[in-house]
Amino acid sequence: MTIREKLTREPIREKLGKLPRQLLLSEYFILILCILVFVALIPFIPVIASAYNMSSLLSNIWPLYAVAIGQTLVLIIAGIDLSQGAIISLTSVIGASLIATAADPVVFSKSPIWGWLLFENGGILTNHSAGILIAVLVMLLVGLLIGFINGTAIVYARIPAFMVTLVTQTFFAGLAIYYVKSENIINLPDAFTAIGEDSGGLISSALIITLILAISSQFILSRTMFGRWLYATGTNIRASIVSGVPTKKVIILTYMFSGFCAAVASVLYSSRMDMGRPTLGASLLLDVIGGAVIGGSSLSGGKGKVLWTFFGVVFLSLLGNALSLLNVPFFWIEIVKGSVILMAALLDVIRTRILQQQTV
Amino acid sequence: MDDLILQFCKVDKSFFGVPVLKNVSIDFPRGHIIGLIGENGAGKSTMMNILGGVVPFDGGKMLLNGQEYVPQDPASATRAGIAFIHQELNLFTNLSIAENLFIGNFPHLSVTPFLNKARIRSKTQEYLKMVDLDLSPDITVDRLSPGERQLVEVAKALSQDASIIIFDEPTTSLTARETEKLFAIIDRLHKAGKTIIYISHILRDVQQLADDIVVLRDGEVVQVGPKQEFSIQKMISLMVGRYIGTLYPERTSTPTEQVILEIKGLSKAGIVHDINLCLHKGELLGIFGLMGSGRSELAQIIFGMEGKDSGEIIVDGTLHTKQSPVKSIQQNMAFVTENRREEGLLMTSTVAENLGLVTLRKYVTPAAHVVRQSALIEAIRNSVSLLQIKVNDAFRSQAKGLSGGNQQKVVIGKWLMNNPSILVVDEPTRGVDVGAKYEIYSIINDIVSKGAAVLFISSEIEELIGICDRIIVMGVGEILGCFEKSEFNREKILQTAFREGGK
Repeated sequence: MTIREKLTREPIREKLGKLPRQLLLSEYFILILCILVFVALIPFIPVIASAYNMSSLLSNIWPLYAVAIGQTLVLIIAGIDLSQGAIISLTSVIGASLIATAADPVVFSKSPIWGWLLFENGGILTNHSAGILIAVLVMLLVGLLIGFINGTAIVYARIPAFMVTLVTQTFFAGLAIYYVKSENIINLPDAFTAIGEDSGGLISSALIITLILAISSQFILSRTMFGRWLYATGTNIRASIVSGVPTKKVIILTYMFSGFCAAVASVLYSSRMDMGRPTLGASLLLDVIGGAVIGGSSLSGGKGKVLWTFFGVVFLSLLGNALSLLNVPFFWIEIVKGSVILMAALLDVIRTRILQQQTV
Repeated sequence: MDDLILQFCKVDKSFFGVPVLKNVSIDFPRGHIIGLIGENGAGKSTMMNILGGVVPFDGGKMLLNGQEYVPQDPASATRAGIAFIHQELNLFTNLSIAENLFIGNFPHLSVTPFLNKARIRSKTQEYLKMVDLDLSPDITVDRLSPGERQLVEVAKALSQDASIIIFDEPTTSLTARETEKLFAIIDRLHKAGKTIIYISHILRDVQQLADDIVVLRDGEVVQVGPKQEFSIQKMISLMVGRYIGTLYPERTSTPTEQVILEIKGLSKAGIVHDINLCLHKGELLGIFGLMGSGRSELAQIIFGMEGKDSGEIIVDGTLHTKQSPVKSIQQNMAFVTENRREEGLLMTSTVAENLGLVTLRKYVTPAAHVVRQSALIEAIRNSVSLLQIKVNDAFRSQAKGLSGGNQQKVVIGKWLMNNPSILVVDEPTRGVDVGAKYEIYSIINDIVSKGAAVLFISSEIEELIGICDRIIVMGVGEILGCFEKSEFNREKILQTAFREGGK
């Protein structure tokens, strides 16, 4: 008997009281959990509530959330986008190479862009008046383009999303490293690094950018026809096709949006780290998918909300933050994160079961 | 006194305070075929799920061969000699017939962990022979037709040495010939002394097969007795609890002469060949065909889900070269597909989301496509009350929680909300109980009387004769005959379908 069968056979109703059940089902379960964990941790690590730590925690959260928003939409259509990390890396080095104010010939002379895109005195847009704006637009365009490649391959070549994005992940991550021969591009202009800089307070431009992204995604999902189509496609693609939903368009646009979100995150990360880094997005995947799943998006599609993902991302970041403040070694943090994501998947099963029992 | 193999004694079962079986007591004589009938939701499936160990029961007891029987899980029911052949077959389509038969219990080479392949093969062949299947044990199940799969299930039951075999709606996906074959095998099992519980909505089959008939209604046994005590009319009135004078609502309108859909020389290699037909405004045109006749495929081509090789589809006077569901909907067509679960509904979405899906485009602002919520909600409310969809809260209840009939009404409703002028319905009453069938016919009648044209595809001759203006008979991808209302005749239509004599 599988775990799922076992779970569905034993009545959970008798074991759980009314309040815990409502709590489990609540959209805000993860948020409540976050607050509880946070409050519970203060006596042990008072530093966690300090203004400095809060501000650094939040500045970690914003770009991660930006990526996870894109992933959430992909999960809703029952897809998965493994290429977001590569998009972040590639757009980071492309953007940086356009606007760097200087480049060391010793480091970059072997790079394929040396001498026509990148020079000793910087990139080709370095002295352009709207250089930074154009560079950011180029980054966003590259994100959209890779998303378009993903979506098209999934829709027209009918290769499973997992395979397509695994391939594009590998390909573009490799390309990013080749582009700069695995060197970081430093010397970025101040106007660019200002975007992701910690302001010291709670309000930062990263927050504003990410919030705009979140609110507009939420609006699209809940208020527009496209949003309805997204959920319908993820719930039952055959029935959606019969009902006149242009599922091909929906799928391609969703992957483009996912690439776009990754590129936005890349702008935030690159500016915060003052560099274009070819491995910038290499280790983000677990946090992104984990955040969305902890929030309540389902890997089987049709379910997910932008707000839920925010709670999931906050929870994962809070956990990582607390553990590192406790001087827990890196590998232990990873093990704990993995377990938490597993718990989230189990929680999803339990929730579904309670809901099923309620509707019988 | 009869030898009883199984007894239900005052069995109770409720789900969350809602009783679904109340004090059910039935005796099952050994070696009989017992027909179990009742509307959807009457408790038939719950009863069989209890017997098969799928769900526990709350009160009462069951006796199997005189011993108290409390199945813990499906495996213990199997060990007790009860085989349950589900409506949705439980075979592993990627495995071979032999592997499916022995999946829970592979014979090994003495004490080694290696499988005794030779024995598996020979035993499988033996069981396949018992159900008249001339197939190699090594064929994977996905290459079998629904009828053959059904028989593999029977063979599996035999291999488990079952003494009670439960059939739940076994004929829904079978062709007429396959059904006959299944009946012959059921008959043989009967003669071999097996006890058979046969559940079906097709009352004629139940009457033909069963020795005894049990009628359930709202979780209670309404009547039990030998089949001679039941006429079909009586079975129906016992099931629905009232006398239904007619099975089909009266038509209130007649078709016009105005052609709304014309199909000329439509062909697709291996699927349909040279189809020509005209559908008029206000007409209810039936298409009769057996499984594999190309009837559903024709509908899919007309609606643009599948491509065609040649031929013309002319909608309301305009020739459309390349169809797609999106274009068909723009031309005011609607298509209630044969398969509710896979192509009809978003099962885990709410009833409201399902109802609004097709017509969504009409309820959005021009540029940004923002949904005009209040107008849409209003329209959905109207549709729920107009079609009398029985649902707690259309905006919160999931579609999968509804009964088959109500699910079908949701599928029809989502199309009606778009005011179609051409409605193609494929087997709209399959798996739907008698009461809901009548309601579905009434809904279709109603839109026909308002001037829409309906293409009604079905494998039940009776319902086509009961409601249609004209019936086209299809077989092997071709139109084999066409009957006007005055010529309707069950035998002739069947003969035509089988290409025996006829036109």
